[in-house]
Amino acid sequence: MIGLAHFLAVAAIVFALGLYGVLTKRTIVGMLMGIELMLNAVNLNLVAFSRFITPEILTGQVFAIFTITVAAAEVAVGLALFFRVYRDRNTVHVARLNTMRW
Amino acid sequence: MNDLAYTVAFVIFAAITVGAAFGVVTKNNLVHSALLMALCFIGLGGLYVLLQADFLAAVQILVYNGAIAIVFVLGTMLTRRSTRHGTNETDENSPSAWIAALSGLFVAVTLGVIMHTPWRYSAAGPVQDTPDVLAQLILTDYMLMMEAAAVLLLAAMIGAIVLAKGVNAE
Amino acid sequence: MFSQYALDHAWLIPLLPAAACMIIGVFLRRLPVLAATAAIGMSLLSFILAAGVAAGMFAQGITIEQPLVYKIPWLTLPGLAVDMGVYLDPLSVMMLVVVTLVALVVQLYSVGYMHGDEGFGRFFSYISLFAAAMLGLVIAVNFLQLFVFWELVGLCSYLLIGYYFHKISAREAAKKAFMTTRVGDFGLLIGILLLQFLFGTLDFQALPVQIPAYLVQHGSGLLTVVALLLFVGPIGKSGQFPLHVWLPDAMEGPTPVSALIHAATMVVAGVYLVARAFFLFSALPEAMAVIAWVGAFTACFAASIALTQRDIKRILAYSTISQLGYMMLALGVGSLTASMFHLLTHAFFKALLFLAAGAVLHGLPGKNDIFEMGGLRRKMPATFAAMVIGVLAISGIPPFAGFFSKDEILLAVFAVSKPLYAVAMVTAFMTTFYMARLLFVVFCGPEKSGQQAHEAPLSMKIPMAILGLLAIVGGYIPYTAGFGDWVRFGPAAHLAFDWKIAGSSTLLALAAIGLAWLIYGSGCNTAAVLARRSGLAYQLSYHKYYLDEAYLWLNHTLVDGFGKLLSWLELHVVEGILKGLAGLVGQLGNGLRKAQSGNLRVYGLVMFGAAMLMLLWLLFDPLLKGLLAGGGY
Repeated sequence: MIGLAHFLAVAAIVFALGLYGVLTKRTIVGMLMGIELMLNAVNLNLVAFSRFITPEILTGQVFAIFTITVAAAEVAVGLALFFRVYRDRNTVHVARLNTMRW
Repeated sequence: MNDLAYTVAFVIFAAITVGAAFGVVTKNNLVHSALLMALCFIGLGGLYVLLQADFLAAVQILVYNGAIAIVFVLGTMLTRRSTRHGTNETDENSPSAWIAALSGLFVAVTLGVIMHTPWRYSAAGPVQDTPDVLAQLILTDYMLMMEAAAVLLLAAMIGAIVLAKGVNAE
Repeated sequence: MFSQYALDHAWLIPLLPAAACMIIGVFLRRLPVLAATAAIGMSLLSFILAAGVAAGMFAQGITIEQPLVYKIPWLTLPGLAVDMGVYLDPLSVMMLVVVTLVALVVQLYSVGYMHGDEGFGRFFSYISLFAAAMLGLVIAVNFLQLFVFWELVGLCSYLLIGYYFHKISAREAAKKAFMTTRVGDFGLLIGILLLQFLFGTLDFQALPVQIPAYLVQHGSGLLTVVALLLFVGPIGKSGQFPLHVWLPDAMEGPTPVSALIHAATMVVAGVYLVARAFFLFSALPEAMAVIAWVGAFTACFAASIALTQRDIKRILAYSTISQLGYMMLALGVGSLTASMFHLLTHAFFKALLFLAAGAVLHGLPGKNDIFEMGGLRRKMPATFAAMVIGVLAISGIPPFAGFFSKDEILLAVFAVSKPLYAVAMVTAFMTTFYMARLLFVVFCGPEKSGQQAHEAPLSMKIPMAILGLLAIVGGYIPYTAGFGDWVRFGPAAHLAFDWKIAGSSTLLALAAIGLAWLIYGSGCNTAAVLARRSGLAYQLSYHKYYLDEAYLWLNHTLVDGFGKLLSWLELHVVEGILKGLAGLVGQLGNGLRKAQSGNLRVYGLVMFGAAMLMLLWLLFDPLLKGLLAGGGY
């Protein structure tokens, strides 16, 4: 019988993978992808909880919808930044964006 | 029988999701990563369906696959002219091993917590007509949040345009 | 009646010179004639007032037991009430007359002596301030008022010694005087504070009433300590051993200053203080013994140094120290009368000697060494006459002033202690000898080549004449007029005129003069031979027993050594700790700087790692674990 724990396990694994991506990728785009994975893992959590703990009210799903909205906005701005940086610095490598470094 | 089909479906979708996510972070080609991400989103959409969140599944496919993943692919293509290889490599300067270990630890701890938590399942059945109920909720209880989200989207759109277009230095 | 007016307005006596100082300082600094006029006019007025006070004192029968006191509250706090006012008794009136008279004469003399000097106005301003301070000290009604003016006197001394401030030696001498007397003032201040602590009052009228009862109740131990602390002040101010070293150096000031301050008035402030506080000292035999022996030793010691000095003013300076020792000795053996009498005559003849020495220096600019002078008798007859009177007076040849006062002291000492008497006699012999030496070397013998000596102007001769007259009659008249009936402590005691003592001291003085004539005056070359023969003793005396060197050495090794130690401590310990701390912080910062690598992944890793740690902590915290287990979802 598939229960809440299974969904949460999947979400945890995806979250961990997303985290790994964020912290290891060289480019901004790769990091953004990692962030997307993490957001989705959270969404899955929300929906799963909503389904198994409080099925009669859809609060979790409402939250998931808002998360998707935020994620969309985030991707839009993130990619715009990415273009900007690429055009100004001709690089997408995070390691080279160190002007603010001491 | 029904349970079996459910289990099989869950295993398939979970495998797609996890496998695609794994590919996203391990592939060296950015386009491959982007496409695998789209696949991952599809798997997640399937899981939503299994959770009786059919509206959310539709939104997931529409927004993530239709918009975000495509934007990623387009963005990747716009920035890289010559080769697609080695565009999504792991940064050699970053402590990858540590991060991997930490991520693994996170999974292990989380799984441990999940297994040892006595979940109290609700006996009630899931809501059948989700879009109606969601619309009801969003336009009543979560009205303010929806408007905030609308403002956020507007701001993000304007910001993205400004950033991408660039300000004329005049 | 003028005397009544003077008694009522005695507070004007110090105030007039103070006003002169202000007026000169503010308006007349660049106007020498007006400045001198103002200073001398004010001095004359205060002398007239002082004379009026003296007349009033005789007329109204004011005695030591029944002083005339005016006072107003100066500051009143819970537990502390200090008055300021005027204290008139024969002691202070005598001082008023002496100080105003000598100040007036010296100011007159200064007009000639300082003629054409750049700082003419400044000089008169200082000297007026000094007179004001000294007069304020004399009429003090309590120890605090006395201390205030005491310090003011010290300040004036500093200003006047350093009058030629462009000369390094003058600056150094001024500093030395100030610092050395400061040591004494420190003791004096502590003594005064202790008195206030013990008795709750510093009043000269209230204290004598309380002290006998205190002595009966508590014994004399602590009070002796207080008295000795008070005596440290006079040791510094009156140049007693071992704080006398500043006085010879103070001769760097102009000669009138030496005459007024370092011979006649300021240095006797210490003697006056002891006399004023005699109610305290006389009750404590141990303190009295200390005073007597310090005085006797100083007298003898300074006289032995004066024997070999070559600088004319230094000889007089050591002579002053010696005579001050005499006054202390007289106080120490309990004879206030003899001490004050000697103070009076000494003020006259020592001022005269200094003025005569000033005339010599004025006539022979640039020369201080008496052996470079000689045969001045013919060129400067008036100065010679003044010097002869001064020497005879200090030597105690009758009927000059010094004879009477010295005789009183010797009588008093003889009655108390034979060893002290012997010391006093030896000192008297040496005093006469070195003064005669000075006289013979400077004025007799052949004239030294290249000498362009000239006689002093009239404005300097007149003051010398006045003082010369006083040096002749200043002893005999008070003696016959019953000085001892007025200025005394306790009942008036007329010591019988002892022919043996008077005769022996006179004979001794004559012998000393004869010896000096043999060595220095007769033209034989005995002086140099003698100096060579006496060898070590001569060197010791000539170098003032190396006391200055000893103090310097002490200063260098002790103070500088301690300073070096502190400096080392500062550099290596204190700074080491601070540098260590600073270095530690710097190292920490340097280490932390590495954490700010700018590497986003590391930041993320650390953040996430920390979140993980918190999660783990939450999991394994028993309380929260129980909560999680019990709560469930």
